Amino acid sequence: MKILSSWLREYVPGITVSDQELADNLTLRGIAVEGVFDLGAHGSLFEMDITTNRVDAMNHYGIAREAATIYGLALKPLDASLPAAKKAARALPVAIEEPKLCGRFTARVLRDVKIAPSSGIVAERFRLLEQKLIYNAVDASNYVLLGMGQPTHAFDLDKLEGGIIVRRARKGEKLRTLDGVERTLDPDDLVVADERKALGIAGVMGGWDTMITLETKNILVEAAWFDPGVVRRSSKRHLLHTDASHRFERGADFNAPPVASALVSRIILEAGGQPEGELVDVVIPEAVARTAKRASIRFSLREVRRMLGETEDAEGITAAMADGILTGLGCGLEHAGPESWSVMLPSWRLDLEREIDLIEEIARVYGYNRFQNTLPAFAGTVVELPWAEKEAAVRRTMLALGWNEAIATSFCGAEDAARFAREPGSAVQIGNPLSEEAGMLRPSLLPGMLDMLALNISRNVEGAALFEMGTVFSGGADRVDERPSLGMGATGHAFGKQETDFYELKGTVEELLHKFAARSVYIDHFPAASGLMPAWLHPGRSARAVLDGATVAWFGHLHPAEAERRKLKQAIWIGEVWLDRLYKQELRQPAIEDLSRFQPVRRDFSVILPDSTAYAKLAGAIEGLAIPELRSFEAKEVLRDGKLAPPGHYSLLLGVVFQSHERTLREEEVQGWSQQVISALEALGGKLRS
Amino acid sequence: MQNDEIPPLGGWSEAELDQAFAAVAREVEEWASGLRSAEDVEQFRLHWLGRKQGRLKAISDAWLKSAPAEAKKQIGQRFNTLKAEIERRLELAGAGSAGNGLDAEAIDVTLPGTRRRLGAEHPLIRTWNEIVAVFQRMGYSVGVGPEVETDYYNFESLNFPPGHPARDTQDTLVIAGQERKPLRDRLLMRTHTSPVQIRTMEQQPPPVRIIIPGKVHRNDAADATHYPIFHQVEGLCVDTNITFGDLKGTLDAAMKAFFGSSVKTRFFPSFFPFTEPSADVQISCPFCGGTGCRKCKHSGWIELLGCGMVDPAVFGFVSQKQPLYDPSRISGFAFGMGIDRIAMMKYGIGDIGLLYSGDLRFLEQFA
Repeated sequence: MKILSSWLREYVPGITVSDQELADNLTLRGIAVEGVFDLGAHGSLFEMDITTNRVDAMNHYGIAREAATIYGLALKPLDASLPAAKKAARALPVAIEEPKLCGRFTARVLRDVKIAPSSGIVAERFRLLEQKLIYNAVDASNYVLLGMGQPTHAFDLDKLEGGIIVRRARKGEKLRTLDGVERTLDPDDLVVADERKALGIAGVMGGWDTMITLETKNILVEAAWFDPGVVRRSSKRHLLHTDASHRFERGADFNAPPVASALVSRIILEAGGQPEGELVDVVIPEAVARTAKRASIRFSLREVRRMLGETEDAEGITAAMADGILTGLGCGLEHAGPESWSVMLPSWRLDLEREIDLIEEIARVYGYNRFQNTLPAFAGTVVELPWAEKEAAVRRTMLALGWNEAIATSFCGAEDAARFAREPGSAVQIGNPLSEEAGMLRPSLLPGMLDMLALNISRNVEGAALFEMGTVFSGGADRVDERPSLGMGATGHAFGKQETDFYELKGTVEELLHKFAARSVYIDHFPAASGLMPAWLHPGRSARAVLDGATVAWFGHLHPAEAERRKLKQAIWIGEVWLDRLYKQELRQPAIEDLSRFQPVRRDFSVILPDSTAYAKLAGAIEGLAIPELRSFEAKEVLRDGKLAPPGHYSLLLGVVFQSHERTLREEEVQGWSQQVISALEALGGKLRS
Repeated sequence: MQNDEIPPLGGWSEAELDQAFAAVAREVEEWASGLRSAEDVEQFRLHWLGRKQGRLKAISDAWLKSAPAEAKKQIGQRFNTLKAEIERRLELAGAGSAGNGLDAEAIDVTLPGTRRRLGAEHPLIRTWNEIVAVFQRMGYSVGVGPEVETDYYNFESLNFPPGHPARDTQDTLVIAGQERKPLRDRLLMRTHTSPVQIRTMEQQPPPVRIIIPGKVHRNDAADATHYPIFHQVEGLCVDTNITFGDLKGTLDAAMKAFFGSSVKTRFFPSFFPFTEPSADVQISCPFCGGTGCRKCKHSGWIELLGCGMVDPAVFGFVSQKQPLYDPSRISGFAFGMGIDRIAMMKYGIGDIGLLYSGDLRFLEQFA
């Protein structure tokens, strides 16, 4: 909104500070001046940013009132005088059929007006404000809106058929509004009508058929007070946000219509014409009680001190200060005690309803920055979220293993939602999505992960390893469940010179699970018959991780069909860890084992095994030997090479470490155990290579 | 060139010892000056310092053995000097000789190191953690809440009445199929982290100090500064006798902890339905110190936070479940800030979309 400093000074002639200082002082009181533009001899143009609760300050007079209060100056009253009216044969009939929606309606008849371009101060101020000039009867309404904030409307009286009726629109009723659009009205729209037709949507926009034209001779000036709710609903329904609706829906000044009517009329009459009859002013008493004559509220300095604290002035906010501020803003004060008052609220400040609202006014006008900065004492303790440490451990592990953290959108398309949901058919739909591809709440982090990998591939990276920790959603319209999840995806040379493979992914999962305490952990193939195998995973190159009986992760090679669908040619390795399940476990506390003083003995076994002997089987067999001195074993090398092993076989280099806590091992013992290991391998179809 | 003979000592006086040692030193000098190849150096080393047949050892054995006790110390000192000289010569010869054995093992130390790269921390998470840490040190516990909220928690209980214009400022994404429910139960994507204030107070009687980081959603089209997703940190402090001055002091201290002790704060009146009085907070630009730069649009100040005293109406909603939140007995303040905006400002990120792109060229800069 644009404001002229010269117009403000007209209302508060006592202002002596510069425009810039005035702007700064207003801004510090919450009447924010975002920009000050020099207009030379015409003062300055202020670009304002008024908060939505301060509809009273969305005009020159309202801002002038703020300035008057800040400086303790007088605000010039608005001059609502009019030339003498000629007698009317009969007053124009005005009927309010909806007293809950229209609290006040004033109508004034102007006869023999002359429609002409605006001139004088109206034309000059419009030019400075870059406001479009139309002609006097229309400009007058806009001028008064800018001046004191009350929306008004002028009808061509001769197009009216009978008196004014403020009523609900009839179902299917049509009205062509001033913008030329033919609109179908709704019974929830309030209209200003004559006896035959709707003339305008109340508080939003007038109608085309009764608008002022160059031929207009006689005018009806409407100034009214409409219920904020009904104006807002109409404005939203018809997508018509107007200056008038903006003000009415925030609560206009109930006492302003007669004044605005006079101000508008005077401007129109400057070019000729005469008022006819007295102002017709229909007032609904219940509306008065809700607005202009609200119950007084109690206000005490004790409460001011309790809420606001100490000020830079040693004496704090005094009774005189409080009185000055509230009176300046238009409140009526009556002492209820030495430091307390009964306060009558101004009709233009419907936002003031409670004591706290007045305390805010005191703080605001006194100046926020004049309150002392203090720190409150505190006797409580800081409580950590139960999973905070676990979350931090997971994140730390992923970062340490070289995965980069990413954050993707919370949404995905319907097809992805169906494909990647942990439980089928549980995806949640957005009612007003930003786009079709963002129509669902993500049931998994993987669609987003795949999009991010695809983006990086399209950027020609050599490798990418990303993880995301975020919320996944399931449920439906009645209930939405949120669960924390970890998604990971890697492709290409993500971790070094080697192409990323299954075992990189598995190693990461193992490392993560190792952070948590568990009685049992295993990683295996999805059981073929279980039907648990997700469609997006390559059935031969994927696995699940099971911790204490609960599946906590699935991961592997992206299914070629899914890769094809996404036009991804590279091998993509993805996985999801269900953190909600993982967080049920405690973090593993390190348990220290005594260190042996005796040398370990290492033995390597090079063995050819049939493909049907999975490593897990072999590991189980060696564990089954239950040799206490067999400390550890590992697959040092696995080769599927025709030169080393016949078809259908693989070559394994198994490293075994023997160690005792009590003694140095003797060669014969180690020999014996080695023989046991060899026998176990042979039992599994293994053949020792010489 | 080898001289295996051990020169006899003329006597045990200092002068005689000096003379004898000087002769050996000359011998060393003569030989050392002729050293060229790595083999020469090795031979020289073996000849003089060889542990079993080294000449120095031989001389030492010959001279020391026969020496009377009072001369042994003198001889020992001179041996040490001589040995040091031989070693110095060896070192010089080694450094100067291109064919030195270790030299052959030289590597190009200017080649890049084998980096075991850590993953890059996301700038939002990093900023999130930094902000949370500041408030945890001030006694705030972390609170969280759901990203899908009800209308009641997201709006109504925060004093956004149904149909109120203040709701217009927060374009809301709603869950499908809510039309049949009463307004207060309808599900939506939370537009701010403020609902967690209400949830926390309903769970916990005063005093309360919580800091609430989280993801929020708006029905905003993406541009350089807007994205349908962003992150906020909300704070809440409720106790007896909490004042507006406490709010100011707390945020001033927090901003100093986060941006540095020279940062100043100033407060402007603002409007939020759930606080009263409400304020916008500006900090003096931490990048230019307030003299004006691109980051503060040459104003010297950056608007960073919204805050205010908790509106009594909010306590009214809460006290339906927790009667101890009686606005005539307790008071409190709340504040909120955008993590994205702070991260963007801090790291000079021009487009918010980068934060949600997963683009490694961007992310790896935070490694």
